[in-house]
Amino acid sequence: MKKYWQLFITFARIGLFTIGGGYAMLPMMQSELVERHGWATEQEMMDYYALAQCTPGAIAVNVSTFIGYKIAGVAGGVIATLGLVFPSLVIIIAIAAVLGNVSELPAVKNAFAGIRVGVAVLMINSVVKLAKAAIVDWKAVIIFAAVFGGAVFTSVSPMIYIVAAGIAGILLKAWEVKAK
Amino acid sequence: MMLLRLFWEFFKIGLFAVGGGMATIPFLYDLSDRTGWFTHTQLADMIAISESTPGPIGVNMATYVGYEMSGIPGSIFTTLGFVAPSIIIIIIVSLFLQKFRENRYVESAFYGLRPASSGLIASAALSVAIVALLAEDWSFAALPGCIRWPAVALAVFLFIVTNLKKTKKWHPIVFLGFSAVVGIVFGFAGA
Repeated sequence: MKKYWQLFITFARIGLFTIGGGYAMLPMMQSELVERHGWATEQEMMDYYALAQCTPGAIAVNVSTFIGYKIAGVAGGVIATLGLVFPSLVIIIAIAAVLGNVSELPAVKNAFAGIRVGVAVLMINSVVKLAKAAIVDWKAVIIFAAVFGGAVFTSVSPMIYIVAAGIAGILLKAWEVKAK
Repeated sequence: MMLLRLFWEFFKIGLFAVGGGMATIPFLYDLSDRTGWFTHTQLADMIAISESTPGPIGVNMATYVGYEMSGIPGSIFTTLGFVAPSIIIIIIVSLFLQKFRENRYVESAFYGLRPASSGLIASAALSVAIVALLAEDWSFAALPGCIRWPAVALAVFLFIVTNLKKTKKWHPIVFLGFSAVVGIVFGFAGA
């Protein structure tokens, strides 16, 4: 019981003190999980992060489930994840509740018009970083361009692109092996 | 039943958004188009709030949309829906950790998935940029007249600052806070 509680509190603290999502959480995860509790080694943390990035869902949620499962089985995986999302639930509900009443104020409208510009720039920076790691050869450039063009000019569900790109990846690699 | 519908929509997003919080954004645009639950402008505001509050962005987005749709129960259902696929998949992956990493087909699939995920996020970034930089009733025909020049000036400044060696390590909340102040001082919403 104490182990579950410790998992919940530790992950709630990680969720509370990191702003900016999965990548921003790595330093906090290292200090809490590796140094403070010894629940994972540095090497394991890097492995979990690598896997969390290429499995579906939020990166931080995936890493939390990995560590929680490792420490206390299925229940541990669930409890670590609930701990991680708990501060988000409380904070976002509070903000949404207040914002509903103030969102018509001119100052709030102006602030968000400004913030949207900031978000656009931060997102463009993230895309550049992601694309650098994802686009490893000309075939990857074609997949990127096809999905980007498709998403901009059509309203096909993103799900279709993800499934098609996974199949394309398998076929392209198989073809590569054959060509050799 | 709205709550189950919310759970299911976010379960699907949690299942198919590969590559972290940002990857959920194209799915949310799709959800907005299909259901009309929220507009593109509201979505841009949600992204701003999710980025500048603690916690994973995807979780924040799920909570926010859920609350807007059905109050506190809605936010709990969307958040649980969003994390449920992760919990199930990661526990299965943990069981087969070694095999999973060495499987050639899994590796090949991810080779295709990663650029596709980047392409989806790039198109989402473009949508946010359009809302931020162009007038609401913009069209290609009247393009130069629709551009919000003060917003473009702020974007160029931020782009430089977020890529300069000295300042790029600053926390995103610093840049967003600065953008908010500029927006208020120069009356961005009215421009």
